Amino acid sequence: MWTIIQQIFPYAVAFTIPLLITALGGLFSERSGIVNIGLDGLMVVGSFAGALTIYKLQPMMPKGAVWVGLLAAMAAGLLFSLLHAFACINLNANQVISGTAINMIAYALTIFLARNVTGSGNIHIVSGLVRKDVPLLSSVPVIGKLFFSQTYATTWLVLLILVLSWFVIYKTAFGLRLRACGEHPHAADSAGVNVYGVRYIGVMISGAFSGLGGAIILVTYSGEFTGNVAGLGFLALASLIFGQWKPLGILAATFFFGFASTIANVSQVLPALAAIPGVILKVFPYAVTLIALVIFSKSSQAPRAAGEPFEHGKR
Amino acid sequence: MKLRFRIHLPKTTIVSLLAVVFGLIAGAILILATGNNPFEGYSYLFRGGLMNIERVGNTLATSTPLILAGLSVAFAFRTGLFNIGAAGQMLFGGFCATAVGLTLNWPKAIILPVMMIAAITGGALWALIPGILKARFNVHEVVSTIMMNWISYWVIYYIIPAYFKGSYLETESRQLPHGASLKADWLTHLFGGSYINLGIFIAVAAVVATAFILDRTVMGYELKAVGLNRYAAEYAGINVNRNIVLSMMIAGALAGLGGATLYTGNALSMQIGVMPSQGFDGIAVSLLGSNSPVGVLGAAIFFGILYSGKGFMNAMTRIPPEIADTIIATIIYFAATSVLIERALGWLKQRKRGA
Repeated sequence: MWTIIQQIFPYAVAFTIPLLITALGGLFSERSGIVNIGLDGLMVVGSFAGALTIYKLQPMMPKGAVWVGLLAAMAAGLLFSLLHAFACINLNANQVISGTAINMIAYALTIFLARNVTGSGNIHIVSGLVRKDVPLLSSVPVIGKLFFSQTYATTWLVLLILVLSWFVIYKTAFGLRLRACGEHPHAADSAGVNVYGVRYIGVMISGAFSGLGGAIILVTYSGEFTGNVAGLGFLALASLIFGQWKPLGILAATFFFGFASTIANVSQVLPALAAIPGVILKVFPYAVTLIALVIFSKSSQAPRAAGEPFEHGKR
Repeated sequence: MKLRFRIHLPKTTIVSLLAVVFGLIAGAILILATGNNPFEGYSYLFRGGLMNIERVGNTLATSTPLILAGLSVAFAFRTGLFNIGAAGQMLFGGFCATAVGLTLNWPKAIILPVMMIAAITGGALWALIPGILKARFNVHEVVSTIMMNWISYWVIYYIIPAYFKGSYLETESRQLPHGASLKADWLTHLFGGSYINLGIFIAVAAVVATAFILDRTVMGYELKAVGLNRYAAEYAGINVNRNIVLSMMIAGALAGLGGATLYTGNALSMQIGVMPSQGFDGIAVSLLGSNSPVGVLGAAIFFGILYSGKGFMNAMTRIPPEIADTIIATIIYFAATSVLIERALGWLKQRKRGA
């Protein structure tokens, strides 16, 4: 059993990280009061921008191209999320519909542009990130093998962002304002908080993080832009709710998804799991999410004003 | 200069039409930006959808599942529910119809209704779960229907190869026999060999039926009341939870029927590993049609033209076919931000009055 866990752990982590960063982005948006169902599309935008940048830069700078690509993905996700922010914050649009439109534009536009670049609509990058051992720590017995060998640099980056996010949301003045805008924007407004500004920042962070998430998929395990991210953005949204809008809850929820999906994917080659029908393993994470939503429904920690448009001066 | 408009269109129709115009303009800019001629592109796009009777037939066939998926989303919307799970309901409903068609060897006049009932039941059952979760536990239907989509995707992924495997491909079901498909010879001949099928009649009948339910029955009145103000409806003695479940089931039934037209009419077999994109396009159709059954019909046919014309445009020019999807997505963004259009209209009206 231990060897099995050791074997699939790196894959589970690789699958978890893009989910985690995207769900964290969603956290900032929803905590500010804007539901962002466009996470999936924003990931696709990030994946596209990253792939295009790396594809163009790789001949010139084989080493640094990947990192420039990740930055470009964040920038693209951020810019694209402004469409959602403008619709929801300035125009009081229905946030779910606007998010759906963001998804649709992202799927269609990226493939359209990719076809103009490569002809096929797929963008292949020659080399992504390489798995590396963390020096010293990887030689610690037991946990060294599990946590610190064969890791991607992006994994540590995302975990760092997780810690920073927790700090920003709970320990800074900005975090307090962010949460206030999501719980009771009018109270925040009367206390002198610029609700529109805070919500813009919340949505922009979700765009940048989702873009990064999409690009991480690209540079770690997929290696190719194909016009979708296999619905991971929606899974991130579910993790956000499953994790009850809390950074550590999200970490647990995304890791659950990462582990369950990896088990389902490798069950064929593991004798211990081959006896279980594949369909049960595949359906398992989604069914558990449904059950978890039912269990949490009594004590839902959802930001109270998420999804509500805010109008200055309206009581 | 005095211009007077005397034609009275509902505001929602004007907003939808303007959204279409803006979407087409945005598409033209994009075509121009990628070094092609937008006029040429659009002329091929619309000719590809409407050039001759066969292409009109194909356009109507393309529109068929879109109409039903759009009705599904629109119906749920009217009760204040966002059915993002039409894709999964289509998949499961379509599967139920296919399974019946492949298993039973009955005459066409009997098996077709049975298949459609199977599709309706399958779709309704698939939507029942999110409905109950919403009514009983207040689980948001957006997340639960997305989960149901993936569950449906994987269930079909394993059932088809296990029980209905095609003779050549592992990833496809067996072909439905002619006697168990919605294709009809007279219709195919009438439209010059097009793949149009009886599904279009089902879709139009569904438009009439949903319009009747929404506007002419007590049930429809209650459903809309719940959508407009849940608490007021409850106060007025309407059973809100029952209506939520009922609305989701009807939405699921419509989507399931859409799946049947897709897999037993437009196609004759089911592929695994593909989520029907029509389920998500249904959201766009419903939105552009401002959630009214007749609006859905118009929007679905318009999208059908774009979808069935894009192949022809791609063959005649260098414009990628995804321009159609981009235009549709842009239209939806403009429809979602209709406040902008409404404000502009209000501003125009005020200026006219002032002048």
